Amino acid sequence: MKDKVKPLLVACASATLVALTAPNSALAASAERGKVAYIQNGCWQCHGTVGQGSIMTSGGKRLAPEPMPWEAFLSFVRSTNRTMPPYSEMILSDGDLADIYAYLQSIPKPPDANSLPLLKP
Amino acid sequence: MARGQSRTRLNRRKFLTGMALAGAGSAPLRADAATNAALTDAATIAPRPSAVRPSAAVAAAETATPKAAAPVAGIPSSDFMVDVIKSLEIEYVPSNPAQSFRGLHESLIDYGGNKKPEFLTCTHEESSVAMAHGYFKIAGKPLLVLCHGTVGLQHAAMAIYNAWCDRVPVIVVGGTDLDAAKRPPGVPTFHSAQDINALVRDFTKWDDQPVSLQHFAQSFVRAYKIAMTPPHEPVAIALDCALQEQTLHDRASLKIPRYVPTAPPQGDMNAVREAARVLAAAERPVIVADKYARTAEGVKLLVQLSETLQAPVIDQKGRMNFPNTHHLFQNARGQALIREADVILGLELSDYWATVNAYIDNGDNDGVGLQESNIRPNARLISVSSIALNTKSNYQDFQRFQVVDIDMAGDAEATLPALIDAVKQALPANRAASLEARGASMKKAWAEARDRTREAASYAWDASPISTARLAMEVYAQIKDLDWSSVGGDRQLSSWPTRLWPMDKHYHHIGGPGGYGIGYNAPAAVGAALANRAHGRFSINFQPDGDMMFGPGVLWTAVKHQIPLLSVMHNNRAYHQESMHVQRMSSRRNRVAALGKDIAPIGTRLENPTIDYAKLASSMGLWSAGPIIDPGELAPVLKKAVQAVKAGEPALVDVVTQPR
Repeated sequence: MKDKVKPLLVACASATLVALTAPNSALAASAERGKVAYIQNGCWQCHGTVGQGSIMTSGGKRLAPEPMPWEAFLSFVRSTNRTMPPYSEMILSDGDLADIYAYLQSIPKPPDANSLPLLKP
Repeated sequence: MARGQSRTRLNRRKFLTGMALAGAGSAPLRADAATNAALTDAATIAPRPSAVRPSAAVAAAETATPKAAAPVAGIPSSDFMVDVIKSLEIEYVPSNPAQSFRGLHESLIDYGGNKKPEFLTCTHEESSVAMAHGYFKIAGKPLLVLCHGTVGLQHAAMAIYNAWCDRVPVIVVGGTDLDAAKRPPGVPTFHSAQDINALVRDFTKWDDQPVSLQHFAQSFVRAYKIAMTPPHEPVAIALDCALQEQTLHDRASLKIPRYVPTAPPQGDMNAVREAARVLAAAERPVIVADKYARTAEGVKLLVQLSETLQAPVIDQKGRMNFPNTHHLFQNARGQALIREADVILGLELSDYWATVNAYIDNGDNDGVGLQESNIRPNARLISVSSIALNTKSNYQDFQRFQVVDIDMAGDAEATLPALIDAVKQALPANRAASLEARGASMKKAWAEARDRTREAASYAWDASPISTARLAMEVYAQIKDLDWSSVGGDRQLSSWPTRLWPMDKHYHHIGGPGGYGIGYNAPAAVGAALANRAHGRFSINFQPDGDMMFGPGVLWTAVKHQIPLLSVMHNNRAYHQESMHVQRMSSRRNRVAALGKDIAPIGTRLENPTIDYAKLASSMGLWSAGPIIDPGELAPVLKKAVQAVKAGEPALVDVVTQPR
């Protein structure tokens, strides 16, 4: 079977521009750029490529869909003192972070677990 | 030059000498002018006899028909060793062949008929020991592994350490050639040592180097007995080549000691009664089990104890300890329950400290990280563990020191019947209502946790790379009606199988590697599948890619010996734990991690090029398919793979997955 995996850095299904609602953010964030930044900065390593999280690497916490409010997101990324290391502006700009947030906002909800035959109890 | 002259001058020995010189350097093949001149001169002078005429014996040896080897008088001593081994009903000898145990090898297959034990050809000693590791966790019986000392034992060392940490018995025999005056020079001497067992003494329970056949018999049975007494652990015997190959003239004078199993040690009864009193009086007791259930009976006993107390059980999954279908299985609330507990009973915990403390690797405290207690100050801690009976100093598998209030050095499974009786006696009659209420709250919590887990599994359901939850459930859909056994670890798969698959039989999973030495999973799965084969069970293994690359040759062993096993690759194309570690270091140091051409820090990815595991497997004769990247393609491929395994062969499906 031919390997059809495309590099995550390149692929993005849809380009979405999201105007963040955060008061101090006038950035026009891009979900497309955000997906690339999400991969390049290693977010996916613990949180999965679509922010689904894992009990092994993110304490079971999800980033998406419906990410936490922007202010909380920004504050956590900059100052976390837990297992996740903080990302300062030196290594992850506000712009990149806004793009990442836009990417997380663009991730759709999964199907209801009860609608999935394989997950029925 | 006349043809006859040539024959006279170039006898076989000189020809071989010339070839050896040619092999040492290619100069003789390119004769220079001086050499050519000398050869020309030699051709013009009269023939002369060789400097030394071959003796009659040498001439006969080079020209006559070889004599048949004289039959060995008496019995090969290694035949007696096979008698000893057979007395213990060891089923298999997974080993890589080697000169230092050739005597025993020959006796096993020719004198012993290659049955009980049967020699299984392995491509690496680490695989041999890990196969024995996995086998024990299903069969409850140890295997014999022959290792070429010293090199084979060095190859085997990591797997022996895994078995040590996981409390699994393996009988390791290392061939060695002790007599420096008699052993062959060169390679066999490189491979000999004064004390090969020193390599593994820090992580074996007992070892010996017998110097006579009777000594061998005693030591082998003793080694088996020690290994099989909880705490189960590997043992090592160094076996001299000469002892294997000498001739035995008086077999009747040798005795094989009868093996009588040692009763497992039970916790002290005064401590048992005190523990029961504390548990019976507890408002929020919690039971935590790790390497607890040695047998199916152990699972039943833990159900009995937990139901008697209506106490939640947190299964750390070193073994299949407790049915996840039971309402008292409360892993999903583990940390919260421990924080709130007034009494915690630990059963064979590998790491009691980490059970009741939190550690956060964030570089605080001068790099030490955050360490904080996770329990109430007045919580009472009880421990039953046999590991206290067997602790060594060098390797730190005993983990951090944790003070406990009631500490029993004994086998937990052997102690539970007495503890259950004592708890029943200690429970006051007026506790029935509160126990019932506790049970009801647990039922509610169990159902809620189940729904939350199902919901969590739905995220990334259609993602590519394929989510580990989707993968787990696609596999389960294909095997749920079979008598299945999960024979690989599932931590790297976010534990979805042990979270979502209903597991109520003791062979539904086998826990992890013990020492977390990579290279365990693939061979341990083959070993466990070998044990399951005798019961007609379907063995399923989620196989991490990094682990596979440590010893893929075990796939060939599975084919050669017709061991049915479905391996589904958890192919995240990385040493992913290390991706995260290096990323953490970079971020903590305010540096952008260098990725090179990969998508995670340099040195941690298995890509560019990617590895085609389906081709790797098919090259060794396995049914294989993949790589699969679309979750919608999983079901039909898995269905075919299951059919192949049901027909009795190993199969592998390569699936490109999310990292965890």
